[in-house]
Amino acid sequence: MNDYKSQSRLERVLKAGYFAVTGECGPPRGADPEAIRKKGELLIGCVDAVNVTDCQTAVVRMSSLASCLILKEMGFDPILQMVTRDRNRIAIQSDVLGAAALGINNILCLTGDHQKAGDHPQAKNVFDLDSIQMVQAIKRMRDEGRFINGEELTVRPRLFIGAAENPFADPFEIRHLRLAKKVAAGADFIQTQCIFNVKRFREWMKRVVDLGLHEKVYILAGITPLKSVGMARYMKTQVPGMDVPDELIERLKGVPKEKQGEEGIKIAIEIIQEIREIEGVHGVHIMAIEWEEKVKEIVEGAGLLPRPQI
Amino acid sequence: MVVAEQKPLEELLEMIRPYERIILVGCKGCVAVCAAGGEREVRFLASAIRTHRGTEGRKIEIREVTLERQCDPEYVEQLRGFASDYQAMLSIACGVGVQFLAERYKQIPVFPGVNTTFVGGAEKQGVWGERCQCCGDCVLHLTGGICPITRCSKSLLNGPCGGSSNGKCEVDPSIPCGWQLILDRLKELGQMERYLELIPPKDWSKSRDGGPRKVQREDLMR
Repeated sequence: MNDYKSQSRLERVLKAGYFAVTGECGPPRGADPEAIRKKGELLIGCVDAVNVTDCQTAVVRMSSLASCLILKEMGFDPILQMVTRDRNRIAIQSDVLGAAALGINNILCLTGDHQKAGDHPQAKNVFDLDSIQMVQAIKRMRDEGRFINGEELTVRPRLFIGAAENPFADPFEIRHLRLAKKVAAGADFIQTQCIFNVKRFREWMKRVVDLGLHEKVYILAGITPLKSVGMARYMKTQVPGMDVPDELIERLKGVPKEKQGEEGIKIAIEIIQEIREIEGVHGVHIMAIEWEEKVKEIVEGAGLLPRPQI
Repeated sequence: MVVAEQKPLEELLEMIRPYERIILVGCKGCVAVCAAGGEREVRFLASAIRTHRGTEGRKIEIREVTLERQCDPEYVEQLRGFASDYQAMLSIACGVGVQFLAERYKQIPVFPGVNTTFVGGAEKQGVWGERCQCCGDCVLHLTGGICPITRCSKSLLNGPCGGSSNGKCEVDPSIPCGWQLILDRLKELGQMERYLELIPPKDWSKSRDGGPRKVQREDLMR
């Protein structure tokens, strides 16, 4: 893992052996570049790279690529999230070339939430590729200079390729094998679903380490601070594949409403400290959903500031 | 079989509103089996239409016919003798039957009486489930005999997405996760190692994306 595959700052931070921190920025439901800049401001100095979501939960938002470019102008190293729900292989490969040409260095390959729960449930989905096939396609474009059809491309897109994994989805017994498939397909880094159940994450990581996957891919553990009991309950019951243990809900319930956010931040910091000790974890991916102003507090509280100057 | 569901009566009445002499054409094939468009449904629907027209004080003559198969020109031909005596046809066969009637009887408007929904089978009495999306490139040998294209809401080929929870799909908890079914079956077959194979992007040109498909059997063509 020594020679660089891209111009990515995240790649350099990870390869230098630092415990990496990435953040997340959800684009606005409008054509307002200031909304992105405002969120960006809150993350300056706190993260090594920032993910930009791609119409998350299948709700229409400003495009990830456009938002990435705005953040890049601010000096960030954006991670372009791209879902296969809305694009066929022609559009994916085209957007990959475009992103690389615009100086985007990281891409996170996702299948994407089904449109059924989004704001346009009548839409026709695509799913021409799955996320694993997308990883494989981009790796081939980068390393072999070829499209999916085998034809040669001119200038190769130099991208640090990421994928996601959800250790809390079912069936649990194949979740590490699914990661193995993503690694075999060519993922350089992995960002996990939000971790609330550290015990289960630890079990998953053990299986990952037993397969030696942690030596082939950088694993960033997903962290989401809970704002309130209501949010915790919503995550537990309404978001498929999310595992929020009852103890956490009880703990939040035990503090007055106005202090629950503070408690949520405390919990997030504790989870970071716990997972930092788990073998094979190379960093954290902090998804403070519409709560970007708290990222600094979390990163600082976890003792992860200042970020390395690379 | 092709599974279909009858359209709401109000929608059908609206379609045939201008006409006073129609042929109601059923089919003894798939739609008879799934109780949407067979002989029995022709009888019931004709009676419902007559009753409704009666309450409006407008008469209607309905000729009830149920063909052996509406997707076969040989049987569609059987309407030839009297088709031109009527102003319109209401077909309660699948979309294929409706189109075969329209292709053969060019002067007479044909209306669809059912919504053709999917290719599937009877899961139990009165319940039909989808099993095949006719993708034209079957992968059932790779996935334990359970179709990922149909059973997975995202048609994923390399395993369950992150929304699979307690064996259910993120789209709706009443839908079993297709990949959970596939993995359970592979396990029973002792073929879990199959899951580690990377299945390459699918050739969708064999699906509907290549325009209307045709099967040509030289040995049977005359």
